[in-house]
Amino acid sequence: MFIVFTMKLVTSFRCCRILQSFQRRSILGFHLQRLYSSQQQFRVCVVGSGPAGFYTAQSLVKNNKNITVDILEKLPVPFGLVRYGVAPDHPEVKNVINQFTALAQGGRCQFFGNIDIGNDVTVSELLDMYSAVVLSYGAASDKKLNIPGENLKGVYSARNFVGWYNGLPQDMELNPNLDTETAMVIGQGNVALDVARILLTPIEILKKTDISYHAQEALSRSKVKRVYLVGRRGPLQVSFTIKELREMVKLPGTRPLLQTADFKGLDKVIPGLPRGKKRLIELLYKTANEEPRNADRIETTNREWGLKFLRSPLEIIADKSGGCVAGVRFAINHIQEKGGQEIALPSGEEEFIKCGIVLKSIGYKSVQLDPIIPFDTAQGVIKNDKGRVDKVRGLYCSGWVKRGPVGVILSSLNDSIETAKTIITDIEDGTLSEKTSETSLLDLLTSRGVKTVTFEDWLNIDREERLRGQSRDKPREKISDINEMLDVAFKDKKDT
Amino acid sequence: MHSSIQNLCKLHSRFVLGFKVIQSLSQQKTFSSCQFKPFSLQSRIPCWRSSFHNSNKVSNLNVNSLGRKLVPRSVCTTSLLSKEEKITVNYINRDGTKMPVKAVVGDSLLDVAIDNDLDIEGYGACEGTLACSTCHLIFEEKQFDSLPGASDEEMDMLDLAWGVTDTSRLGCQITVTKDMDGMTVTVPESVADARDV
Repeated sequence: MFIVFTMKLVTSFRCCRILQSFQRRSILGFHLQRLYSSQQQFRVCVVGSGPAGFYTAQSLVKNNKNITVDILEKLPVPFGLVRYGVAPDHPEVKNVINQFTALAQGGRCQFFGNIDIGNDVTVSELLDMYSAVVLSYGAASDKKLNIPGENLKGVYSARNFVGWYNGLPQDMELNPNLDTETAMVIGQGNVALDVARILLTPIEILKKTDISYHAQEALSRSKVKRVYLVGRRGPLQVSFTIKELREMVKLPGTRPLLQTADFKGLDKVIPGLPRGKKRLIELLYKTANEEPRNADRIETTNREWGLKFLRSPLEIIADKSGGCVAGVRFAINHIQEKGGQEIALPSGEEEFIKCGIVLKSIGYKSVQLDPIIPFDTAQGVIKNDKGRVDKVRGLYCSGWVKRGPVGVILSSLNDSIETAKTIITDIEDGTLSEKTSETSLLDLLTSRGVKTVTFEDWLNIDREERLRGQSRDKPREKISDINEMLDVAFKDKKDT
Repeated sequence: MHSSIQNLCKLHSRFVLGFKVIQSLSQQKTFSSCQFKPFSLQSRIPCWRSSFHNSNKVSNLNVNSLGRKLVPRSVCTTSLLSKEEKITVNYINRDGTKMPVKAVVGDSLLDVAIDNDLDIEGYGACEGTLACSTCHLIFEEKQFDSLPGASDEEMDMLDLAWGVTDTSRLGCQITVTKDMDGMTVTVPESVADARDV
């Protein structure tokens, strides 16, 4: 009885909403006219299913009733860096997946995985099939240090290390060298702190997360006791944020190793800093100055992390056998103000620090996915104006590939809202035309032998991963082999 | 009791609107035991979210264009539930639209926005777990002064919010009290925060 009652309420409520929205539209005559004449549907294709892709789709679907969106993804699984970038011990950040899941099941936005844009289908072909194509494929490459020794065994990009512990198929074979006491992370951003935290967090905590099993096993045998995070400038220029810093300060079994001298005089600067920076520097200053008094902490901890400032890596030095990392030679810098910016200049002095593993965390870089995309190689972004790609009608972009790989997840939201607004403006002023042919992309892909993964197929993978997680008492055990993902995704189709 | 509440949650996911009916019958004021709580933060997760953890299938009928489930509680609850104390809270959206809504005393301001299906893009991305600042709200000075102080963790997130003011708080951390009746909170123009993944 409740069900019937409920359904009635739902129906009447929905009718009410539809009527309301109709009334709003008909206030102006031309709006009413548009409502009748624009029964046409605009199909938009989003390339990439990370936060930028999903947020753009969400904003498009929400703000124009005539838009439907297809989100295409290279991997068989959705959510990009929410799944493969967010640290396993930050499950709360991944809650945004629930919003994305509701969108993908809401009827006007579809997910298609396992499609390699550029190989399976080109951007030009997509432009023929869709009213608009949005490139939200993120930043697939890394900045290089460009110093000798960068290719030695034991030197990894933090991106690959993150992919390795998060079960990203392409990073499964990384096999990082953890048979060393000291790890050196080059960079002082949140990715650098993530990597350091994963290296130092007690395994009892990590194994309760969705960290990949192979990484969990390797980390449980890790000998790493000390992690340095090195920056070329000073404490005022760190780019990590306070939440991540506080986590490090509170990390069980671990103590901060900060040199009081590095923070000397900062107490006088703190009051004049902007709000965000102020509390961050306050916490650093307090931690650095409290540390010596925490003698009991030294007793109870066996791992440590430290920040090294004003150091630029000059060379990664190999051990005697010549194959592995033995340490890094740094130039010692001093800060000079130039054009309103603090830049690091070498002072002429050098320092050698011993370590057995080097993780480069100095930033990501986007790549040009297709030759027709106007690309700014210097900045590593697509040339665009408010998300509208230069000179290619119907092509748009959002997220890191649009504004640069500045490590932000939720500012992708604002950025995506901007791109969606641009597209809707172009639809309303007639710049974009309707494209019919509902199934043409899928037909084309099928004819090319591409097996697309739908959202329903992904849910098979999702269920299987949760199930595998249960037996290990963790929320999920990710499948990290693409063929296995596909097998699980299509298992219903095989049975029938 | 725990399992009965979980069962109710499953029911909730299927008959979203029937939720309050069941809730009132079972005399359960809160669904705390089915909240998904990864850490021991003093945070609240709106109980409607728990359905995602029980069922992956969300009926199209109950999902709005924002991708949120429609939970128009205000429609059904007023007639069915008289016990819950309600006050009025005015949310001012980014475009300046004033949205007066009924708020249940004891709920968080994030719950209130979700329960009333307020059309604020991206609001509450981390579902009240202090991992983002998308539920950032600006309070009137007088009201702000009467709020309990913010934790370090909330301050850390507010530090990263865009358009933060001296009277900013995170909606997920503010519990509705009777004295808030008629208050106005403003959603800042830009909602995103600035954190690495």
